[in-house]
Formats: sequence, C-alpha cells, structure tokens
Amino acid sequence: MSVKQISVFLENKPGTLKKMTGFLAGHGIDIRAISVSETVGFGVARLIVDDALSAINTLNENDFIANLTPVLAIEVPDEAGGLDGLLAIFSELEVNIEYMYAFSSSRTMAHAYMIFRVADTKTAEAKLTGKGIKILSQEDIAKM
Amino acid sequence: MERYYQEEIECASLEKIKEIQSEKLVKQVKHVWEDVPYYRKKMEAKGVTPDDIKSVDDLHKLPFLSKADLRDAYPYGLLGTPLKDCVRMHSTSGTTGKRVVAFYSQHDIDLWEDCCARAIVAAGGTDEDVIQVAYGYGLFTGGMGLHGGAHKVGCLTIPASSGSTDRQIMFINDLSATILCCTPSYAAYLSERMKEMGYGPDDIPLKSAILGAEAWTEEMRKSIEKTMGIKAYDIYGLTELSGPGVAFECSAQTGMHINEDHFIPEIIDPDTEEVLPEGSVGELVFTAVDKEAFPMLRYRTRDICKLWREKCPCGRTHIKMAKPMGRSDDMLIIRGVNVFPSQIETVLLNNGYAANYLIVVDRVNNTDTFEVQVEMTPEMFTDSIAEIEAKQKTLVEGLKSMLGIKAKVTLLAPKSIARSEGKAVRVIDNRKLH
Repeated sequence: MSVKQISVFLENKPGTLKKMTGFLAGHGIDIRAISVSETVGFGVARLIVDDALSAINTLNENDFIANLTPVLAIEVPDEAGGLDGLLAIFSELEVNIEYMYAFSSSRTMAHAYMIFRVADTKTAEAKLTGKGIKILSQEDIAKM
Repeated sequence: MERYYQEEIECASLEKIKEIQSEKLVKQVKHVWEDVPYYRKKMEAKGVTPDDIKSVDDLHKLPFLSKADLRDAYPYGLLGTPLKDCVRMHSTSGTTGKRVVAFYSQHDIDLWEDCCARAIVAAGGTDEDVIQVAYGYGLFTGGMGLHGGAHKVGCLTIPASSGSTDRQIMFINDLSATILCCTPSYAAYLSERMKEMGYGPDDIPLKSAILGAEAWTEEMRKSIEKTMGIKAYDIYGLTELSGPGVAFECSAQTGMHINEDHFIPEIIDPDTEEVLPEGSVGELVFTAVDKEAFPMLRYRTRDICKLWREKCPCGRTHIKMAKPMGRSDDMLIIRGVNVFPSQIETVLLNNGYAANYLIVVDRVNNTDTFEVQVEMTPEMFTDSIAEIEAKQKTLVEGLKSMLGIKAKVTLLAPKSIARSEGKAVRVIDNRKLH
C-alpha cells in the first residue's frame, strides 16, 4: 500500500513555509515527515501527515496549490548498513528512485523510515513486497 | 434572426453613411470654428477654414487634437456649448497621466446611450433581459454609459457598479441576470470565483457579456466564454469621445463595428501623421460629428489597430475595427523592443496559465530587466520539479518568440496578484527614465 504524500507549491518568499505549517497546526494535523526542495524561483514541500485528506483540503481552502502523490514508506533497520541493504534490493529489482527522504518515529526506536518516490509505484510495490520488504500503509502512518 | 437597435442606420449603404457623415461634418466644423476658439486657432495655423470642408473626403485637411491639447485646454477650453447647456461630466481614471474631463449636453448623452443600446442589442439584448452593469458608476463612463443604453433597450437594469464580488454573484444567480457588463479582467475574476464556488457553465444564468475598457485577448475571451458558458462581446470607447459604445462587436465576433454615423474613424501613421489606406495598422483617430458639448475633431486615440469594411454576416454595414493591440501608452519599450501586455497575455493563456500576471521592468547597470510574474495554477502544478521547470522553460521560449527578448518568469502563489475590479494593473515599471 502506497502512502499519500502531499506536494505543495511554495513561492520563494520569506514566511511562505510558516504560513503553510500554520494552517496545518491550526487544524491539528501532525506532520510525520517533510522535505523541501527548492529551485531558483520556487519550492515544493513534500509532506507525510497523519490525515492527508484534511491536510490537502485545508491547504486548498487557504489558496495553496497542493496535490497528492503516491509514495512508498518503508521501514529500515536503524543500524549501520540498514539503508544499504534496502537499496541493494531496489538496485537488483531495477526500481528507479526519483527522490527520497527519511523520517523517524519516537515510538519505534529500532527502525527508521524512508519515503521513496518511484516512477511506477504499483509495480515497484509488488516487486518489493515479493522480496519481503514491509511497506507501510496510510493507516500505519496515521497510527504512528 | 439578427436584431438591431437602429436598423436603418446600422445597416445603411456606404453611400448613405458617407452622405450622413459629410452633412454632419460640415455642420460640426462650422460649430467648432464659431464656438471653440482653441480649435479655431489650430485651424487658422493650418490655413483651413470651414469653407474647405465640403465632405468627409476633406477630413484629412483638419488639424489633430491630442491628449496634450486636452491638458492645455483643461478644464473648459474645448467646451462647445455654454455651461448652461451641459448636463454632465465624466472623467478618466488618470492611469496614464492627468485626468481627462469630458462634458455632455442632453443631446450628447442621448446619442451615447443610443450607441450603447446598439451594442446591447448586438449582444442579444432585448426588453426581456436582465442586465447587470458591473462597471464602476460615477466619474468612469463605463457604468452610466451601459446603464443608459440598457434603459433604452428596456432591460431590467441591475446597477451593481464594481466590486463586492460575492454580491455580484448573488445578484447574477438570484435575479437570473442574462447579460453582464464589466471589464474583461473583472469578468475573468468573477468566472474564477464562480468556478471556485462550484458553479459550472450550465448553472450560470448569463448568456452574454459586454466587456471593454481595457485591452484583452482572444484567448482570454475563450477562457471566459468556456468557464461561464456565455458569449463575450467586446466593446470599445473612450471618455474623450463619450465612453463605451464608440464601437461594439456583433454576433460574428470578428471585430467591432464603429458607430460611424457619430464617430468617423481614420488610421494614421503615428510618426508622419499621414492617413493610411484601409486595412493598414496604425493609430486610430476619431472625429465626433454629433457631439455638442465636447466636439472632438480628429482626436488621436493612441490606440494601435486597423480598420476594414466587409459584408458582415450580421447585416451591419458599419466599418469594423480590430481589437486594439494596446494603447500606445500601454506599450513598453524594453531593451529597445516594443512590448504590449496583450502579447504576454496571449502567450500565458496559450501555455495554460491564467491571465493573472504582472510585468515588472527595472534597469540594473544600464540594462533593462524584464520579469513576468504569473500565478501557479492547480492544473499546472505537479510533484515533479523537473516538469514544472520544463513548463517554465517552454513559457520563456514562447515569450521570446513572441517578443524577441528574453523574460525571467517567476511563478507566484495563487491569488498573490491583486485582482482588479476595474482596469487591471499589469505593469510595474521601476526604471527611472524621466
């Protein structure tokens, strides 16, 4: 099961990111992971939250442009070589990664979590599951 | 079946039109010679007297009037009637310098409202229609001009004036307004707002809109028509000549018929002031042959466009003018190249962006900087930065091929560019050139 990532268009101006987090905080939305990519003129924030639908509605109502992108959230052992072992499987299965970022949860100290954006989410998901990789669902994220 | 407000004159033969024009022109020149010393001096300086003007073919002999003359003669220097015969004045917004004030006798108001009525009927208006006039009422000519025209047609007129967008939408829906009159940028804003509120083209009772008072593009028309499920008609005019209704579009939507029984058009070369043949692109000049209180002869509009005659499917015979490419005052010269905001708007709409944009020009180290700011739209946004950048690059290339110079394109958050309720502000020129 892929996870719904929220991608938000950010104008390159001081205070834009704060404005976004302000609306999310106001609606009690808990951000599990965030990554901000910037170009010369604009930025895109990518977020994993506990309640994706309420987050995107809040943002749209407040004149942010945001959409949902399916990404894979995968548990990685929090130890030396943990990520390397996972990437070896990606490599073996020829799954191309467009971007990735990490997040951790205080409740599961033994594991870290990685978010992967791949070109064909469904196929990648099937291949990785076949190799015994645990892919988190939206419910898992909400419960964290 | 095409309907007309004044069929006899709107569909008159060319000979008949010339005859009317000639008769009125001869009379008007005499009136001005006797009653407007400011213009008489100009005629004397050119060695022209009323005896030289025998028909419309002699029009080219008369001196021009320009905005500078209006400034010199401000406020009463060009008045053609005693003040006791004037019943109203209107004034421009003064966006391009000093305000112009224009005066009207009751006769002038009547003929102006007739012109607006012709436009409303051409846009499908009858006494069955509910017309919402969302042009500003007051000094601006838009509101009261269309209002008067709507009364003449017998429409139920909603004098909404500009602003209070949600109230505009409430009246459109609650009173089932069928015709909307406002600036194109405000129509675009209203359509955007209605879409947000969940109104589809079939839910909106409007059937047509009469939009004018600023330059707009064919692409913008298509977008407004599609979003609101209407026909959008262009209307042209300027305060100096009366207001909206100098020219208007018919069902053919291929240029505006000039009410040439009242306003005789010419196209001139703006540099040599020579009259150019029909079909040439140049500066539009008007002679108002009927107006008593503010009789403009050969007034240079600074609008760049062309004129042509054709057998119009609507049956009207009056000469047509193309949508002005822009007022010559709107034209920017950036790195030596002429740039009209309307060209930029065309490229933006062709590339899937909205017509909400701002052109920012500055001068750094003696070189002009040229930036086009445009709002990101949900349709254009994707999670892939590479894809957004590719679209941005396509836009930069589109602008370069249209204008010949490179612009920096900056993507802004939605609604970060102020929406206008009247004329949109499209240009911020920070160069200290004067």
